[in-house]
Amino acid sequence: MNRSFEVVIGLEIHAQLATVSKIFSGASTAYGAAANTQACLVDLGYPGVLPVLNEEVVRMATMFGLAVNATIAERSVFARKNYFYPDLPKGYQISQYELPIVEHGELIIRDDTGNDKRIGITRAHLEEDAGKSIHEGLDKFSGIDLNRAGTPLLEIVSEPELSSAKEAVAYMRKIHTIVRYLGISDGNMQEGSFRCDANVSVRPHGQQELGTRTELKNLNSFRFVEKAINFEIERQIELIEDGGEVVQETRLYDSDRDETRPMRSKEEANDYRYFPDPDLLPVEIDAAYIEAVRETLPELPDAKQERFVDEYKIRVDDAAILTASRSLADYFEQVAAATRDRPQGVANFVIGELAGALNRDGLGIEQSPVSAAALAGLLDRVKDNTISGKIAKEVFEAMWAGEGSADEVIDARGLRQITDTAAIESVVDQVIAANPGQVAEYKAGKQKLIGFFVGQVMKATGGKANPGQVNKILKDKLG
Amino acid sequence: MSLDKDQVQHIAMLARLKLADGEFAQTVEKLSRIVDFVDQLGQAKTDGVVPMAHPLHATQRLRPDQVVEVDDRDHIQQNAPLTENGLYLVPKVIE
Amino acid sequence: MSQDLHTQTLTQLSAGLDRGDFSSVELTEALLGRIETHGQSLNAFVTVTAEQALAAAKRADEARAAGNAGVLSGLPLAHKDIFCTRDILTTCGSRMLEDFISPYDATVVRRLADAGAVVLGKTNMDEFAMGSSNETSYFGPVRNPWDLQCSPGGSSGGSAAAVAARLTPAATGTDTGGSIRQPAALTGTVGLKPTYGRVSRYGMIAFASSLDQAGVITRSSADAALLLGVMAGFDERDSTSIEHPVPDYCASLSGSLKGLRVGIVRQHFDEGLDDKCAAVVKESLQVLESQGAILSEVDLPNLDLSVPTYYVVAPAECSSNLSRFDGVRFGHRAADPEDLLDLYCRSRGEGFGEEVKRRIMTGTYVLSAGYYDAYYLKAQQVRHLIADDFHKAFAEVDVIAGPTSPTPAFRLGDKIDDPITMYLNDIYTIGANLAGLPGISTPCGFVDDLPVGLHLVGPHWGEETILRCAHNYEQASAWHEACPEEYR
Repeated sequence: MNRSFEVVIGLEIHAQLATVSKIFSGASTAYGAAANTQACLVDLGYPGVLPVLNEEVVRMATMFGLAVNATIAERSVFARKNYFYPDLPKGYQISQYELPIVEHGELIIRDDTGNDKRIGITRAHLEEDAGKSIHEGLDKFSGIDLNRAGTPLLEIVSEPELSSAKEAVAYMRKIHTIVRYLGISDGNMQEGSFRCDANVSVRPHGQQELGTRTELKNLNSFRFVEKAINFEIERQIELIEDGGEVVQETRLYDSDRDETRPMRSKEEANDYRYFPDPDLLPVEIDAAYIEAVRETLPELPDAKQERFVDEYKIRVDDAAILTASRSLADYFEQVAAATRDRPQGVANFVIGELAGALNRDGLGIEQSPVSAAALAGLLDRVKDNTISGKIAKEVFEAMWAGEGSADEVIDARGLRQITDTAAIESVVDQVIAANPGQVAEYKAGKQKLIGFFVGQVMKATGGKANPGQVNKILKDKLG
Repeated sequence: MSLDKDQVQHIAMLARLKLADGEFAQTVEKLSRIVDFVDQLGQAKTDGVVPMAHPLHATQRLRPDQVVEVDDRDHIQQNAPLTENGLYLVPKVIE
Repeated sequence: MSQDLHTQTLTQLSAGLDRGDFSSVELTEALLGRIETHGQSLNAFVTVTAEQALAAAKRADEARAAGNAGVLSGLPLAHKDIFCTRDILTTCGSRMLEDFISPYDATVVRRLADAGAVVLGKTNMDEFAMGSSNETSYFGPVRNPWDLQCSPGGSSGGSAAAVAARLTPAATGTDTGGSIRQPAALTGTVGLKPTYGRVSRYGMIAFASSLDQAGVITRSSADAALLLGVMAGFDERDSTSIEHPVPDYCASLSGSLKGLRVGIVRQHFDEGLDDKCAAVVKESLQVLESQGAILSEVDLPNLDLSVPTYYVVAPAECSSNLSRFDGVRFGHRAADPEDLLDLYCRSRGEGFGEEVKRRIMTGTYVLSAGYYDAYYLKAQQVRHLIADDFHKAFAEVDVIAGPTSPTPAFRLGDKIDDPITMYLNDIYTIGANLAGLPGISTPCGFVDDLPVGLHLVGPHWGEETILRCAHNYEQASAWHEACPEEYR
């Protein structure tokens, strides 16, 4: 990154709220239905129909506000944002403008230097989503599917306080984690349930006023957010260094070409003529309601991470990984509660073997073939020396493949560890007898060869000898 | 005239209205008269007066989050000027 | 017997049906016959639903025979063509909706049908209810039964003319700035606009959402009370409809006016009101006084500002409400559009008439960047002042009485070229819409052989009081029984 420029980024995240019906109508929000079969008269903006607000969206917005330490407005107002576009059936979008439901929140992220950084959340407001335009296969037409029209969105607007693409991603990930913790959004980025626009500008170091910003649209993955912002930063810096000027405009990120380009359809200067929607009345929320919602708030990622470090004495980085998703954290806690193994041992296994297997098979923690109880059973067998840590990995793979519980796999495969001293001694004796040269070298002072002997013993026992005992017996016998 | 041709043109574009050639001149004139007429609001003393958006002091009622609508697409689309496979068609939109 | 069925009010017809003097089918046939005879010259109907009406009448007769009659079983009425009626043409007086078949029923339509009412057809109206003369209808102006050269007023002109000419005993209407009361006054009928939120707006094609309210045009206040009882009440599909108990409006008619405090607005009799109208209205006030009402003067200091306030607020809301008519999902679509912009601009340019376009543009202007504060926000503030004036007045009086309209019916073509003169027609009625108050117009005499209306406004939820007041007046004066000669 060019050092003589400072980067200023603000994000507008749209999180689709996980309701079963739409924000202003009783039509289903289920994804993937045949075109326009989930667009009722209200969603279609039919003459004479009226919007009625879904109570769940108010609860969800309130939850989010409380989670980011924001103010919940006692009175919020829906406004109309007027513009014409085929995916916007009424010719206006119902949104919130002057009086949003959530204001003045904050979030702590880790910045590029690894320090905590507070990012302000200007506001979060409720609004309805638009439909979809389909351009393929319709010759000189575009087709409009309004199934998505009226789906509830929470638009979360950050202060322009993010200083790099990486910070922007860290912020976005954190919001993603929070909305999923709260259960207010599924956060599914492929289906567009969680997407973001980025306002990006650069200015020479020391300059007070902000540079001209561009708005990047169509950022529907964390990777694209990072790439698009980085592309845009470079583009703006080059432009300025070449003596040009940044034009305030909306740009679309093209992931195929990894570049941003101006959006043609938004060229005309918009005058949205916001005004309070006369079909909807002010939403009033009292303190009792807010307190009732607060009672239902789950433990949030930051608090959970802190508790994991305190309570389980695991490493901070591991706690961060485990608490990135509520279900992963729950899984960890279930294993930790059920096993006699140390929590750090559980953390290591969950982050290492389990996460690796989930990742390899493209599964979420909820779909893990090895339950928390089953994993606890496996870790117990390591703890009580029934098997070694190394054999545990083999047993885990077998459990993953559906071969049964840890004990069943151990028995079926005969993997029980040899802890009988006499049996180990007899193998050690054979190894010493078979390798006189190495024994001489060891005795001459080449202590490192102990590893060779251990390896030979383990090989001879099929990995089942207890490594601690093998070590001790070897050292005794080799003198 | 309180509005000029360019302003009226701009308003017509915002409102997506094409005015017939003969319509335009009289629209400028009549709109100007309407604007002059409503300009008398400027005389009203309204310092500190809260804007009134609704005639009653009521608050928004909330509906339960339930799916109550059933698919009625084919019936509804009988009013649609142009559809294909359930999609409403418009001239190609370029983004 | 069936010769004079058209002369009867709903209340009388209901009693006749109960006695078995005639059937609903006979009644419906008689009225369909009158519509056939007079409909065209008055141009009061856009659609006559003869087949459905007769089927509904037959069902009503059967229900009555089975002892399942509803409050309105077999009683005919017409709907203003602004109300969506399932599988029936719903035009809103516009080319835009020339072929629009509503896939659903408005709540008002549903409730009246559920009570057994028989719908004769859909009445003509000013396009999207924007007008005070019925001349902005795409389907041509409605004519006033008292003088075919005159306007019946608007926007519910078709409903008013149809009731005045005895083509139907009652019709629904909508009132955004006087669109029920003014045509009622100009046609010698009774027009009731309830409190904002009293009747559901669901399925009523919106003009200005914070002002629109559904009501009725009838031959008597008793009939208005009967219909309101069925139409009123909370609707979960309308966020602005209010959960407020619905009283027995018919029972409320019977009380006397003894001690009723009636306020006369000082500003109502200033310049602008036709002298002869003023005399007629003043006479009607004396009738109220003779019935025991106590008259006193009240002040509405911001009355003058109500028309300009209205002509900012209503167009602003309409400019947004009418954006949905874009030629994509329903309504008029221009032929062979070059591109999307052309589709929008021509569909809307062709589909809307001049007055509608003018209001959309006025509204777009007052909401646009740089003008919002000076116009829209200012108008909302003045609206507050006007509402406060009413609330202060209602601390002193129970009812405010005065003229409904500054003049009797005017000739078609007289005002259509001058929007401001046309707008000033609503000066006495607009305040009730801005403040959300109930109002009623009842016939109170004639000027040059044209009817004049007495306008009564009550506080929020004061329908019982204004209905009782109007009903008492009607019992003493009988002006509401007058009928143009050709339609007796």
